[in-house]
Amino acid sequence: MIRKNSLCVAIPIIVGLCFLEIALGSASLSWQALKAAFWAGPYSHDIAARIIWSLRIPRFFLAFLTGATLAGAGALLQAATRNPLADPFLFGLSSGAATGAVAVIVLCGDMLGIWTAAVGASTGALFATATLLLLIAVRRKKNRVISTERVLLSGLAVSFVFSTLTNLLIFWGDRNTAQSVLFWTMGSFSGGSWSALPIVGLGFLTVLLGGLVYRRDLDALMAGEETAASLGIHVQKLRLCVLVVCAFGCAMTVALCGPIGFVGLIIPHLVRPRWGSALKRSFLPTMVAGGMLTVLADILSRCLLPSQELPVGIVISAIGAAFLLVLLLRR
Amino acid sequence: MLQAEGLGYEEALALADFSVRAGEHIAIIGPNGAGKSTLLKLLAGLLKPSSGCVTLASRPLHNLTRREIARQIAWLSQSDDVASEFLVSDYVALGRLPFQGTEASAEGKAAIQTAIHHCRISSLMVRTMGSLSGGERQRVMLARCLAQTPRILLLDEPTNHLDLSARSELLTLLRTLPMTVLTVLHDLSLVPDFADRTLLLREGRLIMDDASRKVLFSPMFELAFNQKAHQVTLDDGHVSLLFRPIQP
Repeated sequence: MIRKNSLCVAIPIIVGLCFLEIALGSASLSWQALKAAFWAGPYSHDIAARIIWSLRIPRFFLAFLTGATLAGAGALLQAATRNPLADPFLFGLSSGAATGAVAVIVLCGDMLGIWTAAVGASTGALFATATLLLLIAVRRKKNRVISTERVLLSGLAVSFVFSTLTNLLIFWGDRNTAQSVLFWTMGSFSGGSWSALPIVGLGFLTVLLGGLVYRRDLDALMAGEETAASLGIHVQKLRLCVLVVCAFGCAMTVALCGPIGFVGLIIPHLVRPRWGSALKRSFLPTMVAGGMLTVLADILSRCLLPSQELPVGIVISAIGAAFLLVLLLRR
Repeated sequence: MLQAEGLGYEEALALADFSVRAGEHIAIIGPNGAGKSTLLKLLAGLLKPSSGCVTLASRPLHNLTRREIARQIAWLSQSDDVASEFLVSDYVALGRLPFQGTEASAEGKAAIQTAIHHCRISSLMVRTMGSLSGGERQRVMLARCLAQTPRILLLDEPTNHLDLSARSELLTLLRTLPMTVLTVLHDLSLVPDFADRTLLLREGRLIMDDASRKVLFSPMFELAFNQKAHQVTLDDGHVSLLFRPIQP
């Protein structure tokens, strides 16, 4: 019943957001022009049709898939670490991906075309994961459960180290590159194109499949590490797999849109009261809600200032800050 | 069925030898820090022994996969800190995890239903874990273990935080379970009602393994707890136990 009702609400909202994403932008199009451009199809030479089919529709998919990936990764990480404040940012996965992407852009240029940043970001994210695991494992006592505090502090350390590296790379890069990289680090969906979608689609699919495969095991982990182990789950292996899945998924989004924070943190909290804590129920709604939030933030980023587009990262950060304040006041 | 041979774990447990037959109800008692929880975790395969081994139906536990163990042994911790928004129905269904993918099967559903029926929690299924009282929570946690359809049930102080009626309700329920049950018990007056046999631990050593009443009235018990057990016959004829400190 809940599922049917929620679908009835979610589908019109997604369609509405898609319409707004297509209709709004720096080139204002009338309703008639919009309709004509839409029906003219992707191969039309009409400028309005090209704006819609080559820029705005892929941008909608990019924003939606990015949000869904980040929210899904956030939910998985929160369950894997049993910490409600976990998200790809907190564990340094996004920072690692950003460092990798910036390093490739600044040091190697455009070697692999559109996949250049993706390769750099995924290498950086996986490197950050390895560093995180190493930090967690150092001086770990045999047979002892790893404390959440240790995981979080290690994540924060990794995040700071990689953020510093990114800033150093920007500082050392030439002025033009540094400026474009700086804009990229604020997060934006302006790079949305059909050719870019497979990159973020790959990240989305990785997180989606990872979530579908591991969600039941992660639910058991939410009941405690030893309880999960008594139910037949290899906790450390599960955590490693989830970290790698999230790192790769986030890397793909970071490569295209820059590091976008807060989505992975906020959305699972918003979805939980309605769908419950169990990922068995809440994982897919979390991904859908994440997609909706980023599309909404992208629409706002294009509408808030009359002749300028705000980096979407700024809009989402503002929403995230407000959310954290509400969370703080509620407790 | 379950056998511990020369079992030891770091400083917490040194050399425990015993075997458990099918259908036995055994209490594990001992002062704080005696190694009761460690012993239970070793039997559940959650800790790797530093010496000796545990065998389950003649197979060493370390040769079995985690899932293979979980299909035969269920373990209930002292306190499960599951997220408060977790639905009771989702929590009980976790018991089917060792039988991957069978939660929705007829067998899985039947196991869950039997567990719900046994623990009388059908009215709690739509509630969240955070909304349950201590006694309800304990019954739900037990239902999750029973949904595993285990041959052996290991319970670590299941009567913790329970009031008198919830405690006796839980023990009556445990008594009726048709499986091998090993329980760590702190409330010693409950031991004779629940267990036919008792393992007494002191400073990481298994110092006595005998019939419950024999253990409770033994000098070993007095040595371990510095308490003496007294049998008291109540007005209604019911026999109860009373523990008093041994005067120096």
